[in-house]
Amino acid sequence: MAKVKGDIVIDVEKCKGCQVCIPACPNDVIGVSKNVNGKGYNYVETVNEECIGCSNCAIVCPDGVITVYRKRIE
Amino acid sequence: MDTVTKDDIRKPENLIYKRTNLLTDKTMSYCPGCGHGTTHRIIMEVLEEMGIQEKTIGIAPVGCSVLAYEFMNIDMQQAAHGRAPALATAVKRLMPEKFVFTYQGDGDLAAIGTAETIHACNRGENIVIIFINNGIYGMTGGQMAPTTLPNMKSSTSPYGRDVKLMGNPLKITELVAQLPGTLYVTRQAVHTPAAVRRTKKAIRKAFENQKLNKGLSFVEVVSNCNSGWKMTPNQANEWMVENMFPFYPLGDIKVNED
Amino acid sequence: MSMKELRLMKGNEAFAEAAIRAGADGYFGYPITPQSEVMEYLMAQKPHERTGMVVLQAESEIAAINMVYAGASCGKRVLTSSSSPGISLKQEGISYIAGAELPCVILNAVRGGPGLGTIQPSQSDYFQSTKGGGHGDYRLIVLAPSSVQEMSDFASLSFDLAFKYRNPVLILSDGAIGQMMEKVYLDDQRPRFTEEEIIKNTPWATTGKTANRERNIITSLNLDSHVQEEHNIHLQAKYREIEKNEVRYEALHCEDAEYVIVAYGSGARLSQKAVDIARAKGIKVGLLRPITLFPFPKAPLAELAGRVKGFMTVEMSAGQMIEDVKLAIECKVKVEHFGRMGGIIPSPQEIVDALESKLIGG
Repeated sequence: MAKVKGDIVIDVEKCKGCQVCIPACPNDVIGVSKNVNGKGYNYVETVNEECIGCSNCAIVCPDGVITVYRKRIE
Repeated sequence: MDTVTKDDIRKPENLIYKRTNLLTDKTMSYCPGCGHGTTHRIIMEVLEEMGIQEKTIGIAPVGCSVLAYEFMNIDMQQAAHGRAPALATAVKRLMPEKFVFTYQGDGDLAAIGTAETIHACNRGENIVIIFINNGIYGMTGGQMAPTTLPNMKSSTSPYGRDVKLMGNPLKITELVAQLPGTLYVTRQAVHTPAAVRRTKKAIRKAFENQKLNKGLSFVEVVSNCNSGWKMTPNQANEWMVENMFPFYPLGDIKVNED
Repeated sequence: MSMKELRLMKGNEAFAEAAIRAGADGYFGYPITPQSEVMEYLMAQKPHERTGMVVLQAESEIAAINMVYAGASCGKRVLTSSSSPGISLKQEGISYIAGAELPCVILNAVRGGPGLGTIQPSQSDYFQSTKGGGHGDYRLIVLAPSSVQEMSDFASLSFDLAFKYRNPVLILSDGAIGQMMEKVYLDDQRPRFTEEEIIKNTPWATTGKTANRERNIITSLNLDSHVQEEHNIHLQAKYREIEKNEVRYEALHCEDAEYVIVAYGSGARLSQKAVDIARAKGIKVGLLRPITLFPFPKAPLAELAGRVKGFMTVEMSAGQMIEDVKLAIECKVKVEHFGRMGGIIPSPQEIVDALESKLIGG
C-alpha cells in the first residue's frame, strides 16, 4: 500500500501537448486529452488516481506547466 | 485511503513542485518538447535556490533562444551572433560581484562564435557557459550545424552529412576541456527526470564555482530538436539516446578540484 | 582655478590618458597600426590600480566591440579604438550598439584603404563614419580632432555626448593626429560612476534585477515590424535632436572670404597653412573646419554660400565630405575637391595650387 498520495495540476492552456511527461511517469497517470486548448494543442491530463507525487512529469516538462502535490497518508 | 480527495492533496502544505517565479508568465516560443524550455527552467531554479536573481546578468544568443530574455525574469543582454562569451567577459570584469552566464546554441557557440568561445574559456573568465547542442540550426529551419552528426540529414545536408564534403562535426566541449582556463566541463541532457536532475546539479555546481571565483564552467546540454529532426518529441529523445549520445557521451569531462 | 597639467604627448597617448581621466570603466581593444599606442599606454599605466578601470586585449576587433556593447549595457563608460580595417570588423557590433541605444566611445585612427591598404594617414572612412557603417538606419555622433589637444578634450566630451543621447560616439582621427607629438593640457581626473550613480542615471542598465523594478533587457531585436518602425522613428527623432544641439565647427578668416576651404582633422591643419599662404598672395580665402561630422555644420555653410564664390573641400580621400557640403549649400555655388589618397598627405602649397586652378581659375 502506498504511504504517499500525490496529485498534479496541469495548466492546460499552457500545455503544448508534447507528451514528454508521459514516459516519465512511473504509474502511467498521464494521457493525452481528446480536447484541445486555445492554441489547438491536445493537452495532457491525468487518466488515473495512481499519482505518488514523484514530480518526474513536472521536472521534464519543457514548459513548466505541471504543479505537483504530495500528501503523506498516516 | 479512499477517503483522501484531490482537495485534501492540493493544499499549499502539500505543494512539492511548481514553476519557478524566475520564469516569466510568457509562454515560451519553443516547439513542443524542446529541451530549451527545460534548460531555461532549471537554470532559473538554480538562481532561485541560490538567491542570486538580483545579482545575475544573462546573455542571450542568436538562434532559437534569442528570446531567452522574454522568459527569464532577470536582467539580460542579447548578443550578436556568437559573441555572447565576449559580452559575458566584459560584464564579469566590469561587475565582478555579479553572476554572469551565457546561453548559446551549437551554431552560435561552435561555428560563428568559436573564437569568442575558445578565448573566453582560455582566459579562464569567471563565468558560466550553457551550451545547447541539438545538432542543427533550429531557428533558421533545420540547416546543418557544426555539431550535426556524420550522415545526419538536415536541410543543407539533405542526403546526410558527408564528412568528406562538409567536414567533421566539432566536439567543442572536449576541445575547451583541454584549455587551462576551464575549471569544470560537463555534458548532460534533459530528456528524462534523472537527466534533468543531473543537469541541474551540474548547473548548480557551475554557479557555485563562479560564486567562489574559481573560474569558467562549461555545461553542454545535448538536446532534441524534434521539429528540425522531423520527429515527435519522444521519438526525438529516443533518437538522441541512440545516435547523439554515442558521439557526444554524457558525463563530466573535466572537474578541477583545488 | 586649478592649473591643468601640461605634457608633451602623442595624440594616441593623450587620448588614452584622457580616457582614464574621463572616468572610463573599461577599454577593450585589439592591436592595429596606427593606434596601438592607445592600448600600450593604458596597459603601462595600470589603470586598474589608478582608477579601477578594466583594460583587456580581446581576441579580435569583433570581440572587443561586443565587450563594449556589454559594458555599455551595464551603464559603464567603455571605449575601444582601432584603425580602418579593424573598424570595418566592428561595424556589426556598432550597428547593434546603435540599435540598442548604448553609450560608448570608438576611436578610428584612419589609414588608407580599401582592404588592408596602407598604414599611412587617410580620411577615406568619412562615408563609413557619417552615413552608418553597418546595417540599418542609424547615425553615430562623429567628432574630428585636428590636434593632440583635441584628442584629449574629445575623450570626456565623447562620453558626455554618448550618455546624453544614449548613442555611440566615434572619434575620427588618423595616423598623423595619433602619432604626432604636441603639448597638451590634460583634464583633471574625473571619478568613475558609482553603482548608485549608474542605477540613478542609467536606470535601463543591466545591473541585476532588484525586487523594486522590472527586469532590464538590452536588445536590438524587435520581431514586430510596427514596434521596429516605432523604434526607427524614435531613433530618427533623436538624430534630429542631435543635429539641432550638437553642431560644432571652427571658422577661420571667413568674414571677408571670397572662397572657403572646408576640411576636418589633418586636412584642416594643412588647410590652415594653405590659407596663410593664399592670404599672403592676396587671395581672400577662409577655412571652415567641421568639428562634428555628424551632425554636419550645414547652417554655417549655407550662410557662407550666400556670400562666397565657391568652396573647396580638402580631404585625404577621393572626396567624400564634398557630398555633404553640396547638400548643405544646395549647390548654390561651385564646390570642388582636392585630395590625395593612399596615405599621402598633401602639402599646403599643393592645396593653394588646387585652389587657384580648380576654384579660382576653373
